[in-house]
Amino acid sequence: MASYFASLNFEALLRACPGGIAQGLIWGIMALGVYFTFRILDLADLSVDGSFATGGAVSIMLILNGWNPELTLIIAFIAGLLAGAITGFLHTKLGIPAILAGILTQIALYSINLNIMGKANQAINVGQTSLRITSNVDLIWRTILIMFIGVIILMGLLYRFLGIEIGCAFRATGNNDVMSRSLGINTDHMKLLGLALSNGLVAMSGGLLAQYQGFADVNMGRGAIVIGLAAVVIGEVICEAIYHRQVSYFHRLSFIVIGSIVYYLVYVLVLWLKFPANDMKLLTAVVVAIFLAVPYLKNKRTNSFRYAGNMAKKMENGGEE
Amino acid sequence: MLRVEEITKIFNPGTINEKVAVDKLSLHLAPGEFVTVIGGNGAGKSTLLNAVAGTWPVDGGRITIDGNDVTALADFQRAPYIGRVFQDPMLGTAPDMWLEENLALALRRGQKRGIKWGISKEERVFYRERLETLGLGLEDRLSTKVGLLSGGQRQAITLLMATLKQPKLLLLDEHTAALDPATAEKVLELSDNMISEGNLTTLMITHNMKDAIRLGNRLIMMNQGKIILDISGEEKKHLTKQELLDRFAEISGVQEETDSVLLS
Repeated sequence: MASYFASLNFEALLRACPGGIAQGLIWGIMALGVYFTFRILDLADLSVDGSFATGGAVSIMLILNGWNPELTLIIAFIAGLLAGAITGFLHTKLGIPAILAGILTQIALYSINLNIMGKANQAINVGQTSLRITSNVDLIWRTILIMFIGVIILMGLLYRFLGIEIGCAFRATGNNDVMSRSLGINTDHMKLLGLALSNGLVAMSGGLLAQYQGFADVNMGRGAIVIGLAAVVIGEVICEAIYHRQVSYFHRLSFIVIGSIVYYLVYVLVLWLKFPANDMKLLTAVVVAIFLAVPYLKNKRTNSFRYAGNMAKKMENGGEE
Repeated sequence: MLRVEEITKIFNPGTINEKVAVDKLSLHLAPGEFVTVIGGNGAGKSTLLNAVAGTWPVDGGRITIDGNDVTALADFQRAPYIGRVFQDPMLGTAPDMWLEENLALALRRGQKRGIKWGISKEERVFYRERLETLGLGLEDRLSTKVGLLSGGQRQAITLLMATLKQPKLLLLDEHTAALDPATAEKVLELSDNMISEGNLTTLMITHNMKDAIRLGNRLIMMNQGKIILDISGEEKKHLTKQELLDRFAEISGVQEETDSVLLS
């Protein structure tokens, strides 16, 4: 035990934190995409695992072909849009349940991603290219600053979107489908739009991560949905703990990104504590399950048959206590 | 205003559960007509209303609203013409959105939604005024989530939303059935006021014969997917519940001691 603690190097933890923040910001964009479908549209979209890798693959391949790294992100976004639109098409036009439509797209994208890259992974020469988003230790704070500004701008755009007429119709669709249609909203189009937009964000995030780590891998999106969900639920819990009330969408979106950063800082901490890296996905799944279950269980405490039964027993025993 | 020509709707066609819910039914509503619809379970009242609203396509016939053939249009495409209040108070409003956001969605019913802000400052003043007419104190709760309001309040809001932008046709589907008697009475009164104020062409389903007689200027009774009774004008004004029951027994050939068939 003593040797375990002696082996922990606090400076190493401090050195690892900036990387955690940078990754948190990158995944934050992914989480915003997940928020759009999972929370606003009330659909669990599993295609993101595929479109995340698509974004990475598109970005890396274009950089290898001499493109400007930032410009590749726009192409990655468009690729994600298309991927999401396919899920939307399968769901709304062909009547396939959303979860299944997402899985189908995800599987299809695996092959497509391999075709984009030609093999399972592709790397860029981090030294040669003019990357602004990089894990290079000397430039990490610049990366964080650029990501921070980029994320703020993106959140501003998304906030604006949720406030305009289309955005309101989009939110209404996820909230009450029947009402939305009775008010003339084409809910199928809204779902298609939301799924496309969500996957566009996810793919852009994938492109950023690929640039950050210097390579794209066909498996880089595996479990991405769970990390996105983790960021969403952690962000919501923190937001609720701080404000205890309704907050604006800008706050909510901010806390999704904060949730993502917290997730990655915890990730760094857990790795530093020498938790086996192979078990990280298990840990993430457990964390998400707990966070998703807490609201339900909280309600159960005072609203369950067991609780009612206990109350009834108390009555039998005189009920004074 | 509304012209329904020989519409038919068959549920589960070709199966043992096949049911002809509406059978070559025709109905014409003049502008400003307020029609109450009564009939027993499975008479086809809701089917008629859903056919007009465009919940699903009909199996035959034609529906036109204000001269526009809407037979081939889906529900959201008919929204420019139709204001609608559902039986379930939860169906008419978006619970996680603010009251003013719900109203803003309703004000844009059937319009193209663009990139302008979803709600403007001037609108809020208008919403306040309109909410005051409900007399429920909701005008001070514009930024309350609608899900936090009671069923009666939500139904009153849905009613306001259905008429916020003047509809060509107002559809009320037993919209007070899920409310307690006092609230139901209040919502009915509001409905009646709004309909007469806006001179709205209205189709209202009810299971309450007294309401059907008391409200509106025309009453139709349905049975087995057809209209079996159509009373309007002076005759409707002097109609009594007993008369209605007698007429029903006479036409349908059912000797019914109670009004259970009609009320169920």
